[in-house]
Amino acid sequence: MKKQIAKLVVVENTPLNVKHNLLELKSHSPLTEMLPGQFVEIKVNGSESTYLRRPFSIHRVDYDKNTIHLLIKVVGKGTKSLSELEAGDSVDIIFPLGKGFSITENEEVLLVGGGCGVAPLYFLAEQLHRNGNTVNILIGGKSGEDILLHDQYKAYGNVFISTEDGSLGEKGMVTAHSIFSSHAGFGKIYCCGPDGMMRAVAHYAEKHKIPCEVSLENTMACGIGACLCCVVESVQGNVCVCTEGPVFESSTLKGWTVENEIGCSLD
Amino acid sequence: MADLTVKIHNLELKNPVLTASGTFGYGREYDDFIDVNDLGGIIVKATTSKHREGNPYPRMAETPMGMLNAVGLQNKGIEYFVREIYPKLTEYNTNIIANVSDSTIEGYVNVARKMNKLDHIAAIELNISCPNVKEGGMAFGTSCPSAMAVTRAVREVYDKTLIVKLSPNVTSITDIALAVEEAGADSISLINTLLGMAIDSEKRKPVLSTITGGLSGPAIKPIALRMVWQVSKVVKVPVIGIGGIASASDAIEFLLAGASAVQIGTSNFIDPAITIKIIAGIEEYLIKHRIAKVKELTGALIT
Ligand SMILES: Cc1cc2nc3c(=O)[nH]c(=O)nc-3n(C[C@H](O)[C@H](O)[C@H](O)COP(=O)(O)OP(=O)(O)OC[C@H]3O[C@@H](n4cnc5c(N)ncnc54)[C@H](O)[C@@H]3O)c2cc1C
Ligand SMILES: Cc1cc2nc3c(=O)[nH]c(=O)nc-3n(C[C@H](O)[C@H](O)[C@H](O)COP(=O)(O)O)c2cc1C
Ligand code: FES
Repeated sequence: MKKQIAKLVVVENTPLNVKHNLLELKSHSPLTEMLPGQFVEIKVNGSESTYLRRPFSIHRVDYDKNTIHLLIKVVGKGTKSLSELEAGDSVDIIFPLGKGFSITENEEVLLVGGGCGVAPLYFLAEQLHRNGNTVNILIGGKSGEDILLHDQYKAYGNVFISTEDGSLGEKGMVTAHSIFSSHAGFGKIYCCGPDGMMRAVAHYAEKHKIPCEVSLENTMACGIGACLCCVVESVQGNVCVCTEGPVFESSTLKGWTVENEIGCSLD
Repeated sequence: MADLTVKIHNLELKNPVLTASGTFGYGREYDDFIDVNDLGGIIVKATTSKHREGNPYPRMAETPMGMLNAVGLQNKGIEYFVREIYPKLTEYNTNIIANVSDSTIEGYVNVARKMNKLDHIAAIELNISCPNVKEGGMAFGTSCPSAMAVTRAVREVYDKTLIVKLSPNVTSITDIALAVEEAGADSISLINTLLGMAIDSEKRKPVLSTITGGLSGPAIKPIALRMVWQVSKVVKVPVIGIGGIASASDAIEFLLAGASAVQIGTSNFIDPAITIKIIAGIEEYLIKHRIAKVKELTGALIT
């Protein structure tokens, strides 16, 4: 999978709510094969304070239309500027980067996404479904409006929702959802979202001896393994999230196992 | 076709564009984007005597037109370099320059001695911005006696081209430059990163795990240019300019200020193919200005 720098054209930039946009980018040449969990690095134009590229997970790939979809949450200057892109604008992008999720076959799997952490899960659900897995997708957020595009996952599996204010799905933290107690025996768990949520899910997986993959969002300068700025402590020492990850087997991350517990719990 | 070749002591470069240590990995990271062999050479990331894990995350803070880093020389040590990394580097058909770092003189000497035996390592660049543990953590490169001592010790064990890379975090850059020249440097490269700091006001916390870090990128270019100009006026050895170079005109400015070659660092992160574009741009400039050889630009500033 050769990495490339390309200019893609904005097909559509759809606001999903005040903070989130779905950005669809089209390539002139056929897209190379990409894996769920891989990411892109976008150059944001127009401001000296958005000097470095910004990393985003690949939300969806449409090989027929030659488009990549990104789910972008506005948190600062760069994402604000990306949310203002219009159809026809050109975007300078490097992709595909990193290692993706490993796709298991013919198992019952659970995907857990919190907030914008759902971004890579659509692409993942699609691939898992294609490989004969029974897919369960649990999406959490503060309130109903944080739960993005939940209907689109229905084509690939069972969708479960939890919100902290109870405005949609079960009330409470995503990690308190009843699926964890009612549904034992997942063959694999995939998780992407806030750090605390991922750690809690990783602990649950460890206790129940279920392999668990998490996707990290360390800040990056290069995205291609050249600067060593994005490291995470693994059992093999410091490793680059941009090349060895962003997806990691949670048991290989230091401080993520129950022995070195930092205070998250989920039974 | 203009003549892009330059000479740094015994080192023949097909063009004056090198990559800066710590920003270009071991070259492989860029193979998908460019043909690394088209570069004048690559300076690979720092090698120390022993394995180093580097500093804890977070190691990076973005700043206006630049970034702070606190990587802390993460590398697997010279033995691993010789065994695992060097064989792959020999596949490249351009100059491979090793960046040598450590926190003791013995450490520098150990790495330099081993590098000396590697045929495909065309030169070493001594990074004297590292803290000198014995002198209480002050960088070797911030005092003339310690900069001289480390350069001299390495000179004794290293026969090929010895480049010494200066830290800009000093009062008089020319004093340090003259000191390392006297101690046996064949070339001087500058600048390394400028000590800086970033704070997250919402969290009331420093952004970097180490609180302070090294500033690089276009933000430092004016300072780098000034230092290259000052140093190249006083030393006889060739100077290599580094700091915020992001275009061919930036590179040419450094040559005019007195550099014989340049290194591209942080800009590789924004555009992994920038080096090749800079080489093409330098050639275009020479043709446009009817200059036959890039060498003629060195120090050609009209004042
Ligand atoms: C591999 C990877 C995949 C990602 N995928 C997505 C995605 O699919 N959708 C999405 O919306 N975002 C994603 N992110 C996060 C996204 O890159 C950042 O939110 C973005 O770079 C912020 O840019 P900004 O200029 O808007 O924010 P800035 O103005 O730079 O910063 C604003 C605030 O956001 C915080 N911030 C900046 N970068 C990050 C980061 N990497 N992680 C967490 N907080 C950060 C800063 O600390 C600051 O408080 C991903 C990050 C990584 C590393
Ligand atoms: C992430 C990063 C790592 C670096 N690591 C090293 C290093 O190991 N040794 C060294 O001599 N300089 C190192 N540098 C400094 C660069 O080689 C260069 O001197 C500096 O970044 C200024 O050039 P620039 O503005 O073009 O990046 C590093 C710089 C960055 C940004
Ligand atoms: S971001 Fe540069 S090594 Fe990962």
